[in-house]
Amino acid sequence: MIAGVSPRQSVNFAPKQPLSRPRTAARGGVSARTAPQPAAARGGKVAATGGDTVIQCLEREGVEVVYGYSGGAAMPIFDALVDSRIKFVLVRHEQGATHMADGYARATGKPGVVLVTSGPGATNCVTGLLTALMDSVPMIVLCGQTITSMLGKDAFQEADVTGITYPVVKHSYLIKDAADIPRVMREAFHIATTGRPGPVLIDLPKDVTQGPCVAPFVDEVHLPGYHVPGRPDATGLRKAAALLLRSRRPVLYVGHGAVVSNAGKAIMQLATTLNAPIVNTLLGKGACPEDHPLHLGMLGMHGTAYANLAVQHCDLIMAIGARWDDRITGKLSEFCTDAAKIHVDIDVSEFNKVVRPDVSLAADARLAIEELVPLVRTLDTDDWLERIAGWRRQYPLKYPKKGGLRAQYVVDRLDKLGGRDCIITTDVGQHQMWAAQFCLTTRNRHWISSGGAGTMGFGFPAAIGAAMATGKPTWSIVGDGGFQMTFAELATARLQKVPVKILVINNHYLGMIRQWQELFFDNRLSGADLEGNPDFVRIAAAYGIPARRVTRAGDVDKALRWAMAFNDGPCLVEAEVVKEDNVFPMIPAGAPLSGMIIERPKVKLEKPTGST
Amino acid sequence: MKTATVSPPRGAAFEQDPGKAPRRHVVTDVVTPPLHTISLLVRNKPGVLVRVSLVFSRRGYNMESLVVSPALSIAGLDAAPGEYSRMTITCSGDPDTLEQIIKQIEKLVDVVHAIDHTGQAVIESELALVKIKVGLKERTETLQIAENFKAKVVDFGAESLILRCAGETDKLDAFISLLKPFGIIELVRSGKILMVRGLDET
Repeated sequence: MIAGVSPRQSVNFAPKQPLSRPRTAARGGVSARTAPQPAAARGGKVAATGGDTVIQCLEREGVEVVYGYSGGAAMPIFDALVDSRIKFVLVRHEQGATHMADGYARATGKPGVVLVTSGPGATNCVTGLLTALMDSVPMIVLCGQTITSMLGKDAFQEADVTGITYPVVKHSYLIKDAADIPRVMREAFHIATTGRPGPVLIDLPKDVTQGPCVAPFVDEVHLPGYHVPGRPDATGLRKAAALLLRSRRPVLYVGHGAVVSNAGKAIMQLATTLNAPIVNTLLGKGACPEDHPLHLGMLGMHGTAYANLAVQHCDLIMAIGARWDDRITGKLSEFCTDAAKIHVDIDVSEFNKVVRPDVSLAADARLAIEELVPLVRTLDTDDWLERIAGWRRQYPLKYPKKGGLRAQYVVDRLDKLGGRDCIITTDVGQHQMWAAQFCLTTRNRHWISSGGAGTMGFGFPAAIGAAMATGKPTWSIVGDGGFQMTFAELATARLQKVPVKILVINNHYLGMIRQWQELFFDNRLSGADLEGNPDFVRIAAAYGIPARRVTRAGDVDKALRWAMAFNDGPCLVEAEVVKEDNVFPMIPAGAPLSGMIIERPKVKLEKPTGST
Repeated sequence: MKTATVSPPRGAAFEQDPGKAPRRHVVTDVVTPPLHTISLLVRNKPGVLVRVSLVFSRRGYNMESLVVSPALSIAGLDAAPGEYSRMTITCSGDPDTLEQIIKQIEKLVDVVHAIDHTGQAVIESELALVKIKVGLKERTETLQIAENFKAKVVDFGAESLILRCAGETDKLDAFISLLKPFGIIELVRSGKILMVRGLDET
């Protein structure tokens, strides 16, 4: 039950339509009832429990997979799962479950669902919740909880989960009355998937899920405090068009919002109409095809030199579903000081947060750009594009071809040997930046990487979720550090027979830390040396997963081709790369864009002033 | 050549009110920027207070005062009694951060709206209970001050006095500073509540 998921419509552009009848009826097998039904195996006379209701609400929402880990407080829900056609994936750590649900959601746009137990089970989800919140990923996390009469009394495996997770969720619920379950489930899915998506946590005490629930299912949502912008306002559009038409050196700066709202086609239309170049953020990769002539690649701290130079010298920058993150802007007081700024975002709190735009358009990205295209025409940008082409020739992405196997070479070959047809997920670190630079993403939702939170251990479980969601071959590019955080999920990958190909870039270091310490801390290494790494090929074999090791450049193609062809389940390729290498270009944190370093500096650098 | 248009000045709501001077705190004597007062209409659910407070504490911002209590049924929202609450928060800070704070508060699902009423036509009110240590002989002056500020004596003891005064923040600040020389033992202030004049919604 891995493949064959029909993509849901873009969830942002229309308010949730009330359903006339449960969606499950159309699939057959479950009749169109309006109230929860008791589990068939328990005999028809017993009332439906809260747990039954939770599972049936999930079915009504179109959920097909739930990732999680069992425990005492969640047992009534686990019992209800037995009779459901929802597939439950038992992971090996709750963090893995959250990242799998995250990867599933990023690959499809549908919310990922997690089911864990109380106490430590729920607290193990905090990192995954943060990751989803920072990158605006729709996710529902269901947690078991101690019985309502023991709340706050230090019961076994009790934790104040709603209290602990307030800052890392979009919204959360603690259900104390089983009659609230249908309403809360509907509201939670609505909140998670509309507007700026985000994770929603639902705390379910055991007596609530074990006791009876006869409340009817709910289709409509009543949330007076929750507004979702849809179409842009006409005045803003006219102002934006006017600014664009006056511009001679424009740049379109594309972020994750364009991925979420599927705005790529509209943005390409805008770019080709205007004849304007495009840059994207780490999370915006794939919205627009990166192999298009107008595309300059990733911008920011480790973006391409020509993308950053274009942004530095533009006279207009238009953010489409992007939030002027500090990785992109560098020193704010020197960022695009003379350029006009247009900001298209579905979240109004992003306007004026970091940068004061000249025009703010509160709208879904795709709708806004579609309405903007007819208002503009071709600009006089030939000189500008000529200048950018010059920078591209002068400062291409490059890496040494001699002196040992390089990570850049490995990911470059992956890109050339069919990487663009696969989904690529990464972990966090130097390998992530090299993969972002050299693996060109040409299709939407084909690049999955933890950006806002930068969570190590994300890459491999996210690949499992993405592969299960789409059935497509998925490459998980990980470092030796991050992989060790969640490789217990090798068992899950093998059991689910997912076509995940793990590429371990092994340099025996926490490479990004080592790079910073080399450049800014006099090469005083502290907490960067990964001694005691296991033999990753043997680890894979221990889980019954075929694996190869590559140590020379000449062996890379063969190993990658072997992995590409192997689709019977997961496989692993370990690449032992040079131990010390640096990601360039680099804009140190807090430095202006003009402080970009193209290659290893010869003089000592000041410590960066920005945050990490 | 600069082609950007200058963005229009921010709404008056976020500016520091030019009519009000910086405050000198009555107890600590520290000068702070003028206070902003934000009024919220929220759904009366457990945890909504925590979520609003977290928006402030995350940014290292302190709230000066916070009052929350059930609102009347809201016409148009078709609410049962007790389903909504009004919160009034006073805080000080630069307009940029406050603008962001108000947007983040509005983003919360349980918050229906959040409005900065600083400098607008509103009625404000606050209550203070002041306990002063005065013997019976020195009492006349304190009672004169109380009379002038329309404060009521709510506790008349042999060695101490509790005065209750209601009114605008400035009036209470003045009242308290006049009583300071007499020796204030304890001071409890309710938060400021406000309501918009006329038919506009608070």
